[in-house]
Amino acid sequence: MKLEDLKKIREKMEKSTNLREGKGRIKAVVGMGTCGIAAGARDVLSALMDEISKRNLSDIVVTQSGCRGLCDVEPIIDVYEEGKQMVTYGNLTPEKTRRIVAEHFVNGSTVTELVISSK
Amino acid sequence: MTKVYSVLLCSGASCISSGGFSFRDALVDELKKKNLQDSVKIVETGCVGICELGPVAIVYPDGVFYKKLKPEDAKDIVSEHFEKGRAVSRLMYKDAVADKIIEKATEMPFFSKQLKIVLRNTGVIDPESLDEYVGKDGYTALAKVLTQMKPEDVIKEIKDSGLRGRGGAGFPTGLKWEFVRNSQSEQKYVVCNADEGDPGAFMDRSVLEGDPFSIIEAMTIAGYAVGSNKGYVYVRAEYPLAIKRLKKAIETAYKENLLGKNIFETPFYFDLEIRVGAGAFVCGEETALMHSVEGKRGTPNTKPPFPADKGLWEKPTLINNVETYANVCQIIIKGSKWFSSIGTEKSKGTKVFALAGEINNTGLVEVPMGTTLREIIYDIGGGMPEGKVFKAAQMGGPSGGCIPAEYIDTPLDYESVKKLGTIIGSGGLIVMSQDTCMVDLAKYFLDFTQDESCGKCPSCRIGTKKMLEILERISKGRADESEIDLLIHLGEQICKTALCGLGQTAPNPVLSTLRYFKDEYYEHIREKKCRANVCFKKKK
Repeated sequence: MKLEDLKKIREKMEKSTNLREGKGRIKAVVGMGTCGIAAGARDVLSALMDEISKRNLSDIVVTQSGCRGLCDVEPIIDVYEEGKQMVTYGNLTPEKTRRIVAEHFVNGSTVTELVISSK
Repeated sequence: MTKVYSVLLCSGASCISSGGFSFRDALVDELKKKNLQDSVKIVETGCVGICELGPVAIVYPDGVFYKKLKPEDAKDIVSEHFEKGRAVSRLMYKDAVADKIIEKATEMPFFSKQLKIVLRNTGVIDPESLDEYVGKDGYTALAKVLTQMKPEDVIKEIKDSGLRGRGGAGFPTGLKWEFVRNSQSEQKYVVCNADEGDPGAFMDRSVLEGDPFSIIEAMTIAGYAVGSNKGYVYVRAEYPLAIKRLKKAIETAYKENLLGKNIFETPFYFDLEIRVGAGAFVCGEETALMHSVEGKRGTPNTKPPFPADKGLWEKPTLINNVETYANVCQIIIKGSKWFSSIGTEKSKGTKVFALAGEINNTGLVEVPMGTTLREIIYDIGGGMPEGKVFKAAQMGGPSGGCIPAEYIDTPLDYESVKKLGTIIGSGGLIVMSQDTCMVDLAKYFLDFTQDESCGKCPSCRIGTKKMLEILERISKGRADESEIDLLIHLGEQICKTALCGLGQTAPNPVLSTLRYFKDEYYEHIREKKCRANVCFKKKK
């Protein structure tokens, strides 16, 4: 191992251990209650993770939550970003989810037409 | 693929023996059944410290702490937590003092009141993964030392930090390094003492099991500082998992050229080997340990000459304890000022204590030097079990003494506990209630040291035997009152005349209990009474 390797490994691992401890830039919470799963949350979650790993984004924490009481707009993803309002996206499909990753997570602009609430 | 959850599964010896691996296997099966194996990562870590609650796991990113996991619990965790995002509250920790369920590890007083330097990585990283170690600043210290620092700078940094030996004696570490540096010889050695024999103490085991690279790195730094290129880790045979993980880590370090020739492309080279002990307590004494490394019978020598002048094979040798080495890399990275800002005036940094006995959270805790016994027992340790009243705590195992209830607010540092007639020692802390008889306690420890006496010097070989005989008579109510004075006299003589640390400290548990609980001894003799109801029990 050389000094340069040390730095590379550290950067790579710091990201993954930070994620493990929930220290990401963005935290995306997928609603995985019975209602969410019935509405297709599992496919949304898979699409979300797939898109994140395809784009090699290493600062996004993905977690799940139970039903939030907004069953009619499931599948839902809540997006938490430091210093910004929490944004809730609803009525999602795998395609819409991939759009959120590209436009919101990468380019930093909220996908307004998919937002159901923000606070 | 990005993982949604990481399960940090404690794989320290304690959690493994309470069934950690059967839970892991059940978890893997359950994840496969639900087709979730791609979204959950299982990381087997070193000891988390709260062994009483084992097997334990912490689930990230939420940080949920699960305790006493059985294979059948895997089903609920997978279907509730991983599938639906609802943490399973029946498996969480219940705080006895506040009487409420605590979800997150960080909110448990056991974790939040600790300050981890030595144990920073145990329970957090996979001990067999070099990448994970590097991700936690691993090998940053060695890189800095080899490319930017002169050996003298390293020694100065350690000296300035105020680090003192964690094996028991508390000798200033930097000073020891300087002695070895200044000894003139072609060949010098660096040794790590991992012959942790104190009953109840297991911090060294935990570091070797949970963070083996940190010891390899620190010993390499020590080698560079004192001018040595050969090291030995002396581990007791009773620690098979520690030996296995350390061995694997050494192999990996060689493969990655972090041991061997031209480390980080510098001319420095360092070789490291493991020597496995054969279960003798006295081999934790440094001169006996070195004899054992040389392949000789493990008996001590008189000092001087000290190992820094004539150690292994008569060559200058640096010998430090595991916990001492575990501080080194952090001191190099964060600086001596940072380290010396923690702790008290003369005792810097943290100390790991092994909590045992009548306490709710038995396990390993790391706190700044100077934390009071009360904070350790009641805040971190979760207090005593119901109906138990704190009587005393035995510190430093068979070489130490007890701290009675009236001194519970004593800050635990080298000087303060010395005033009370005990030692920090290796950090064994046995909490006792009204149900412990102090005569019986003294007898237990003396029986241990007597058994482990190597027999080389008469003070220890015959003296401790005679002391034990008196104690046995006292505990049966057959002793004469005058024998108490004889016990003290014998004890003091042995302390002064025994050859090595084992003998010199062997009378401590007796002398210490006599200092604070003399009336209990007299009760046994005069009234044939044992207030803890331990002695005088009729055999069935």
